[in-house]
Amino acid sequence: MKGNVPYLRKGMQEQKQLLELISPQAENYLEEMAQEARRLTLGNFGKVIQLYTPLYLSNYCENQCAYCGFNSKNEVPRKKLTLEEVEKEAAFISSTGLRHILILTGDSREMSPLSYIIDCLKVLRKYFSSLSAEIYALTESEYARIVSEGVDGLTIYQETYDEGVYDKVHVSGPKKDYLFRLNAPERALKSGMRNMNIGVLLGLNDWRREVFSLGLHAKYLQDKFPDAEIGVSIPRLRPHAGDFKIPFAVTNKNIVQIITALRIFLPRIGITLSTRESPEFRENLLPLGITRMSAGSSTRVGGRIAEYHEESDLPQFEVSDTRSVQEIKAMLAQKGYQPVLKDWI
Amino acid sequence: MEGALNIGGKVINNRLFIGTGKFSSYPLMKEVLEAAEAAVVTVALRRVDAGSKTENILDYIPRNCIIMPNTSGARNSDEAVRIARLAKASGAGNWIKIEVIQDNKYLLPDNLETLKATEILAKEGFVVLPYMSPDLSIAKRLVSAGAAAVMPLGSPIGSNRGIKTKELVNIMVSEIKIPVIVDAGLGSPSDACKCMEMGCAAVLVNTAIAIADDPVNMARAFKEAVQAGRLAYLVGLSSIKDYASASSPLTGFLRE
Repeated sequence: MKGNVPYLRKGMQEQKQLLELISPQAENYLEEMAQEARRLTLGNFGKVIQLYTPLYLSNYCENQCAYCGFNSKNEVPRKKLTLEEVEKEAAFISSTGLRHILILTGDSREMSPLSYIIDCLKVLRKYFSSLSAEIYALTESEYARIVSEGVDGLTIYQETYDEGVYDKVHVSGPKKDYLFRLNAPERALKSGMRNMNIGVLLGLNDWRREVFSLGLHAKYLQDKFPDAEIGVSIPRLRPHAGDFKIPFAVTNKNIVQIITALRIFLPRIGITLSTRESPEFRENLLPLGITRMSAGSSTRVGGRIAEYHEESDLPQFEVSDTRSVQEIKAMLAQKGYQPVLKDWI
Repeated sequence: MEGALNIGGKVINNRLFIGTGKFSSYPLMKEVLEAAEAAVVTVALRRVDAGSKTENILDYIPRNCIIMPNTSGARNSDEAVRIARLAKASGAGNWIKIEVIQDNKYLLPDNLETLKATEILAKEGFVVLPYMSPDLSIAKRLVSAGAAAVMPLGSPIGSNRGIKTKELVNIMVSEIKIPVIVDAGLGSPSDACKCMEMGCAAVLVNTAIAIADDPVNMARAFKEAVQAGRLAYLVGLSSIKDYASASSPLTGFLRE
């Protein structure tokens, strides 16, 4: 035990630093935090922003997550792309110049089994340099399978680190297993995943508690898997189908504190900004530590291809920034950032 | 006063090598390369989209530059070798800067994996420039493995902290017969000048230029600093004393 004391002390200091950065008192130092966050981001990442786009493969879902539009209890039209439709979407996205794609499915091993996801990956591999997945939690050997099919990035959000809140908002379905989800990033990293993106869904709980856990989780993964690139996302709850009331409002000022605090705490981590935020707010957040953003997003299954888009389709959540890839690229250029469309082999 | 630098059979007239990441746009990067009259430019293959008509970084590099693709993103020698072969196959020439990093926190290179990749690629006819942590015995092995130059870091990538590894690089400059090029961490023209005064063959700079408020003029400043440092090295600096010479020496009485 005695030999562990310096290590424990170091851990305590780090935890204390993060607590200070996200404390109410630190709100008085937001400008100073922003300046430091910008300096760190420029040194580590330069004046570039990596772009990617999400591709929804299927919205069949067995989970009843209170906050989600694809909730199994919501009567929304369900759809799963055929491989031909995947190819059409891929060709369209590829024509915009993007080489990074994030595939998403609802949580249904019956309707979108791993074999279906792998079939889709084989189609997508022809069009993209980097494939990431945001799918239901897998076992270690399943993660190894998708890595061998060319997946280099995994996005999996714990949504909330509070077990009580987690249990309450995940009413039923496979996602209800808190620990299986919590350990998913490690299982994937052990299987050779290069990029790991974790996150919390802001609005479910007191954000300070959640961001503290998120920061420590990211740091733990970074320390344990130094050859992987660890990233975080901080999506904020948006209106969606259903009548879920957002329990804990998170203000724009809070978001600024969260991004700058995470950047200062972990200077090398990626920070992703989603299209859930408005164009104006996204632009203002850019210099504070953002390294990745989505562009040309559609949260409808098959949403990009007009011929099978039905007006009645409901999205998983409302996209607030609906700008095309060209528009996002032009905005970044105007703000002094180079859009990076390809960043892997 | 001296012959130009020669690496892999090519004459290089500018000892400021430039990295291409982190610039706010490709046109700006091109302006920087032109202003600095760059001769050697490194490009991460992971960022090259040869299929793109408007977004191909290689289209923004002046034609007279030697393109040195790098293996950024490689975590081991296998990945570095694979990326190097892809670079060659894509028509980017046979120069390769090996970058093998297993540590995304500090971005410090893995010297053993770097050595393995150097052995393989030099045999395949690549002009290999390995990025390394300064270490004399590894540098000697890299020379034996066929490296065309060695590229020790000054301080961690993007840190702008300057030549913190000075003592180790000095030893390498004295003992290694191939060009020693300081890569990474140089934050200001004076850092680059210092490396050149020490006898380094060249320096590679990216972040300090790319994120400057005026990258074009910062590139010019680096170029002139590199020239000044090289000239000072060739002339030979007067020896530096740690302390002032006392005007009333303690043994003066012996001469009375």
